[in-house]
Amino acid sequence: MLRDVRSSLVALVVLTVAFGIALPALFTGFAQVAFTSQANGSLITRNGHVVGSRLAAQSFTKPQYFHERPSATAPAYNAGATTFANLGPTNPDLAKNVRAAANAILKLESPYNPGLTIGDIPVDAVTTSGSGIDPGISRAYARLQSKRVAAVRHLPLATVQRLVAEYTNGRSVGFLGEPAVNVLELNLALDKEGR
Amino acid sequence: MSGNGITQILIYAIVLIAVAYPLGIYMARVFESRRVHVTEGWFYRLVRTSPEREQDWKGYAKSVLLFSLLASVVVYVIQRLQGHLFLNPDHLKAVPSHIALNTAASFVTNTNWQFYGGEYTMSYFSQMAALASQQYISAGVGIAVLAAVIRGFSRRSSSELGNFWVDLYRAIVYVLLPLSLILAVILVWQGVPQTFSGHATAKTLEGAAQTIARGPVALMIAIKQLGTNGGGFYNSNSAVPFENPNGLTNFLELISILLIPAAQVFMFGKMVLARRHAWMVFAAMFAVFALAIGVSLPAEQHGSQVLRASGVNITQGHGQSGGNMSDKEVRFGIANSALWATATTDASNGSVNAGHDALTAFGGGAALVNIFFGEVIFGGVGSGLYGMLFYILIAVFIAGLMVGRTPEYLGKKIGAREIKYAALGALFVPTMVLALTAISVVTKSGLASIYNPGAHGFTEALYAYTSQGNNNGSAFAGYGATSLSASLGTVAMYLGRFVPLIAALALGGALAGKKTAPPSAGTFRTDGGTFAVLLVGVILLTAGLMVFPALTLGPLVEGLAH
Repeated sequence: MLRDVRSSLVALVVLTVAFGIALPALFTGFAQVAFTSQANGSLITRNGHVVGSRLAAQSFTKPQYFHERPSATAPAYNAGATTFANLGPTNPDLAKNVRAAANAILKLESPYNPGLTIGDIPVDAVTTSGSGIDPGISRAYARLQSKRVAAVRHLPLATVQRLVAEYTNGRSVGFLGEPAVNVLELNLALDKEGR
Repeated sequence: MSGNGITQILIYAIVLIAVAYPLGIYMARVFESRRVHVTEGWFYRLVRTSPEREQDWKGYAKSVLLFSLLASVVVYVIQRLQGHLFLNPDHLKAVPSHIALNTAASFVTNTNWQFYGGEYTMSYFSQMAALASQQYISAGVGIAVLAAVIRGFSRRSSSELGNFWVDLYRAIVYVLLPLSLILAVILVWQGVPQTFSGHATAKTLEGAAQTIARGPVALMIAIKQLGTNGGGFYNSNSAVPFENPNGLTNFLELISILLIPAAQVFMFGKMVLARRHAWMVFAAMFAVFALAIGVSLPAEQHGSQVLRASGVNITQGHGQSGGNMSDKEVRFGIANSALWATATTDASNGSVNAGHDALTAFGGGAALVNIFFGEVIFGGVGSGLYGMLFYILIAVFIAGLMVGRTPEYLGKKIGAREIKYAALGALFVPTMVLALTAISVVTKSGLASIYNPGAHGFTEALYAYTSQGNNNGSAFAGYGATSLSASLGTVAMYLGRFVPLIAALALGGALAGKKTAPPSAGTFRTDGGTFAVLLVGVILLTAGLMVFPALTLGPLVEGLAH
C-alpha cells in the first residue's frame, strides 16, 4: 500500500510538472517567438494605441459604424468574461429580446432602407452570439447596414460595399465554416477611407 | 441545409476515418511494444516499476484509484491556493471550496464540467498545472485502462492485465503529447493566444475601455479537444474566437474530438486480431452518430419556436446561415454547430462551439440522448470503447439466448460473471443519473440551479446530471452552481467514472483467465452486418428506453409546444 502511494505521488508530481508547467512554458516561449501577434491576442493598434482585437467584437453605437451582433456579456462585448445568453428556444425573454433588437434595427435602418420590414432582418442581427464577442456578422446583415454607413459618411455605396467584401472572411480553405464580415476591421478601414 | 453544409459533414467523416485508422494501428503498437525507450526507463525507475512487473485487475484498479484520489487533492489545493501562487497576473482570488471540489472531480474524471468562468476565475497557474495537466493525465488514465481491458480479451489463461504506470506513460507521451503539439502549433498560428501576459486593455473606436482576456490558451485547447476533456480556457469554450478563430480551426478541433475515440476501435481490432469485427463496431457507432446528426441538423436549421414566430428572416441563403442562431457564431453557422454538438456529446468531450441551452428542443434532446447512451458512440478516450464492450457483451449474450447456446465472444465463453460486470457497467450510470436528477428537481436548493422556465428548465437539470454522470462536461449552461448541485455533480462524476472503470477492469480480469476456443458452427458471428444491427438495437433499447420517460418531460414536451 505504502509502495503504491509512493508510486502514485511520484508519478503525479513528475507528470504535473512536465505537462502542467514545463511543457506550457516551453510552448509559450515558442509561440511568442514564432507567432508573436497571434500569441498575444491578435491585437490591433492605431496611432500607437491598442483599439481592440481582430478576434473580439466591441461596442459600436454610432451611425457611421457597422454594428455588431447582440451580446450577453456584462457589459456587452466584454472580452474578459465571455458568455452565452442561455435562453431556451421557448423562453419568453428570448422573444422579448429578439423583438427589442429587431425594433431597434428597424428604427435605425429604415430611413436609409425605405420599405424595410422585420422579414428583411437576418437572424444573426437579433440573436446573441455564443461567445458574446463574435467578431463577425453575416453578409446579409452587413448589406442591410451598408446604406446607412454610406449615407452617414457621405461615401459612395460602392465604396462601402467594396470594403465589406474586402473584410469578409470567406470559408477557410474554400469550404470550411461560413463567411463572416469582421466588423472591427471593416470599421477601421472606413475610418481610414475618410468620413 | 445547404449542399455546402452536407459536404462539410461528409468530408469530416472521410477525413476522420482516414486519420483514425492509422492512428489506431499505431496505438496498438504502442501498447504491445516491448521496447523501453531511455526516457521511459527514467520514469519507471522514478516510480519504481518496470514493464515486466504486471498487475492483475485488482492491482491495476488500486493504482488507478489511488492515483486519481491524490490527483484530486492536488487539483483542489492548487485552486484554493492560487492567490498565493505565481502566474496570476490578473490577481484572481482562491476558487470557492464547493466549486474547487467540483472542479477537481471534474478534471480528474475526464469530465471537465465547469461551474465557473475560466478567464475570470482561474489563474494561469491553475489553468496549466491543475487543469490542463489533468487533461493529459486523466485522458492517459482512460486510455491505459482500455489497453488493460483489451489485454483481458486477447490473453489466454493469464491473470495479469499489464502495468498501469507503463500504460499511463505511453498513452500520454506517445499518443497525446505529439498530437496535442501538432494541433497547438496550428491553433496558435491561426490566432489562439499563448502568453503569460495578463489581460490586454483596449480603447475602442468609440472610446470605451475593453478588457481582453488571454493567457496560455492554445496548448490547453489542443489537449482538451484530443483528450475528450472539453474544459476550455474561456467560459464560452470553443465558441470564443480566441479558442476557435475560424473554419479551419473548427474543423481540426472537430476532428480532434472523435479522433482517439475512433482510433481506439481500430486499436482494439488489431490487438484482439479481429479487424473485421472492429469495423462492425465502428459501423454501429457511426450509424448512431449519423442518426443524431439527422435529428440535430434539420432541427437547428428549422429554428426555434421563438425565432420562427418573431418574423425575422431565418431562411438560409442570401448571405446568411439562417436557422437557430441563438448563442451560435456566424463563422460556424448551423451545419458546423450541429455537427459539433453531435460529436462533442457522442464523444465524452463536452467542449462546445455554441450554447447548448439555446439549442432547439430536438437539437438539445439529441445531444442529451447521445450522452445518455453512456458515451459509447465513440465515447471518451479509453472509456468509450470499454463502455461499448459492455454493450457488445450484452448483445452477444442476447444472441446466445436466442439460439440457445452459451454465448462466445472472440473465442471466449461468456458466463454469468462477465454478464454481471457488463450489466453493472452499462446500467449503473443511467440509473444514477435519473436518481440524481430526481433529487435535484424535488428539492428547493436543487430547483434554484434552474435558469429557464417550464419544460426547458427540467431539461437543464436532466442534462446536467447526464453530462456529469457520463463524464461529458457539456452543459445547458444556464444551470447554475449551488452547493447542492455542485455536490450532486461531484458524486455523479466520481461514481460515473470509477464504477464502470472498475467493472471494465474486473471484466478484463475475468476474461484474461479464460482459454480461447475456435469458433464452431453455432458461434454467433461478430464480424458481419447482423451483429452491427443487433448492437445498435441493444444500445437504443437499453439506454434509450431508460431515458425516454424523462425525455417526455423535457425536450419532447418543449419540442411539441408552440
